[in-house]
Parts: sequence; C-alpha cells; structure tokens
Amino acid sequence: MHEMGIAMQIVDITKASIPEDMKGGKVQRVNLQVGKLSAIVPDSLRFCFDLVVKDTPLEGAELAIEEIPVVARCKDCRTQWTVTEPVFTCKACRSGAIDILSGLELDIKSIEIEDED
Amino acid sequence: MWFIVNRTTKRFHHDPKHHGPHDHHHHHDDVETRKSGTREIKVVRRVLDANDIMAERMRTVFSEKKVFVLNMMSSPGSGKTTTLQKTLARIMPELRCAVIVGDICTTHDADRLARSGAPVIQINTDAFGGDCHLAAHVVEKAVADLDLDGIDLLIVENIGNLVCPAEFDIGEDKRVVVLSVTEGEDKPAKYPLMFRECDATLLNKIDLLPYLDFDMDLARSSIGKIHPGMPVFEISATTGAGFEGWIEWLQKQVKDKLKSL
Repeated sequence: MHEMGIAMQIVDITKASIPEDMKGGKVQRVNLQVGKLSAIVPDSLRFCFDLVVKDTPLEGAELAIEEIPVVARCKDCRTQWTVTEPVFTCKACRSGAIDILSGLELDIKSIEIEDED
Repeated sequence: MWFIVNRTTKRFHHDPKHHGPHDHHHHHDDVETRKSGTREIKVVRRVLDANDIMAERMRTVFSEKKVFVLNMMSSPGSGKTTTLQKTLARIMPELRCAVIVGDICTTHDADRLARSGAPVIQINTDAFGGDCHLAAHVVEKAVADLDLDGIDLLIVENIGNLVCPAEFDIGEDKRVVVLSVTEGEDKPAKYPLMFRECDATLLNKIDLLPYLDFDMDLARSSIGKIHPGMPVFEISATTGAGFEGWIEWLQKQVKDKLKSL
C-alpha cells in the first residue's frame, strides 16, 4: 500500500550509492530482495518505481525483485522449514518458539551502472 | 553505449540473520563486480533503514525519559478509539498517559480522546501525503509537542490499516492489534505480518457475538498458529467486558520497563 514511498526510498538509496567516479552514469538495474512476509506487492512496487525514476539517473532502469521465501527454524528441535501458509508452529514438534530466518527482507542488494570504460 | 546487463546477483543467497526492524546493514565498502559495460555496486541496505535508525533513536529518548510506548494498530472501525478511551479511564491518573492519534483526515478521534484529560496530539497524514501508516519521523515530530518528563505511557493510535503499519518501527516498546469480531475470524490468516509483529491481540466487540456467526475458537486457533503464545483478550469497549485482563497486561508491561530503567 505504501509502495510509492518505498520506490522513492529505493531511488534515494540508489542515488547515494553511486560511486563518486561514476556520477552521471546511468543505473541499469537495481537488485532488490523482498521477503514473502513483507507487506510489499512486487507488481505495485515495479509500477511505482517506473513512475518515480523519471528525470533521475535511474530512468529506464530495471527493478529486479527477488522474492525471498519465509524460512523458519524451531528453537527447541532445530527443525528448519519453508513457511507456505500462515502457520508458525514447528512442523516437527509443534513448538511455538521459532526464529524467522528469512522472509522479512526489503533490501537493496546491489545496483548495476553503465560503465563507459 | 549499452551492453548486456550482467547477471552477477547470487540467486537465493539468504542472509542467515533475521532482517527485523532492528537490524541495520550499512556496508558501504563497495564490493564491485566489473563486467563489460556495467559495474555492479554492492549496496546491502534495508530500504527502510532511514526509518529504522530514527525509530531506534527515539527508543533511546523514550528510555531516557522513562516513557513506555505502545503502538496500537487495527483496521478502520475496529473500535480502537473507544477501546483507548475506556483504557485511559482505567489506568489514569496512576499512569500518566499521552496519546498520539494518526488519521488521514479529521480530528474526531483526537477530540474524543482529549476528554480523558490526557494530552492528545493529532497527526493528519494528509499533510504527509495521505499515508497508510505512521512512520518514525512523523511520530518524532508529534513527540516534540509533548512533555515527556510528565508521561509514563505514550499510546500511539496508528492509522486504521492491517497491512502497512506492521512494517514501520516507530520506537515503540510493544505493539497491540485490535480486531473486532465483526471483521471475521479469517483476518489473522489474511494479515499474518500484523499478527506476527504484535505482542497482544484485543478481540473487540464481543457484545455483538450473539448476532454474528463469528467462530471464536477458530479465531483463537488461527492467531495461535501465526503467533504461538501471544495473549488474546476478548473485550467489549462498549460494555467494558473483559478489560481486566487487558489492563493488567498493559500495566505489567509498563511497570516492567520502567523498573528495568
């Protein structure tokens, strides 16, 4: 629902991450990880991204979204599994004490910039 | 000149660390990959890290000032404001309270809450772009109008929305979600992040149960699967039923924090 704000943040972080010697270079791609448990809809985010990159070094850049599955691990029996439905009790021992190992990401992993050299 | 974009991104590379609201990654040591035509710059930053950093800063301020902060979330019309009114009536003046209310428009909720005698700061997110949640910078601005030295408990009534507020840390100590029985027992399963992120659930409007086919056992088991062990309080903000357990829980959370400081 707040994908527009997220898209604007992505532009800001990307602009700040362009190295000094590459200022003026065109960003071709932003590699983003989005956890399945995050409240982000990838299609909406791509739509907003395409709008907010206008007149920035990211204009025309691709937003590559890697969706990260929700992986949990039981604190009691150490069983690790991929959570595919809204059930966060251990598959093996039914314990409710679990760690979420992945699935909450909303991270920029890297950016790819056109290099004239 | 455009070259073919290189694909050096490692697929399915899981950072084994939990990427919760309190983890910040700022590795700016640009690890670069050079291929013909493009350079890949490693960034590794949470998109919301600006919010997370601000929330953490506020958490420090709240601790210094000995203030417990409760983030109250729900969908619109769940009875958050009435619940809050009844809650304030039971915990004041023993606990010195203040309220920050988020609404896209209008001051209706703030007007209702001000009658409790607690200082109420209204945030209309309209001015911030009609947001669907309260972010840390908005709360920080609102807090500037409060005398934190005279407050034990600050309650932030978030924007009515079961999706977005769950993703934004505002420097709170605990989070509660209000779900009314008129919304249906399937809501926890539809909004798992909210129920995972919260520390307690208030099931409101139980006075209406005789008129609904709300399955309380199913609701409780669904919440229990998403967040095993989370306390669930069945209440009616209209009649005041069930408030004892909730008030006791809240008072204990506040006392535990203030004692630990």
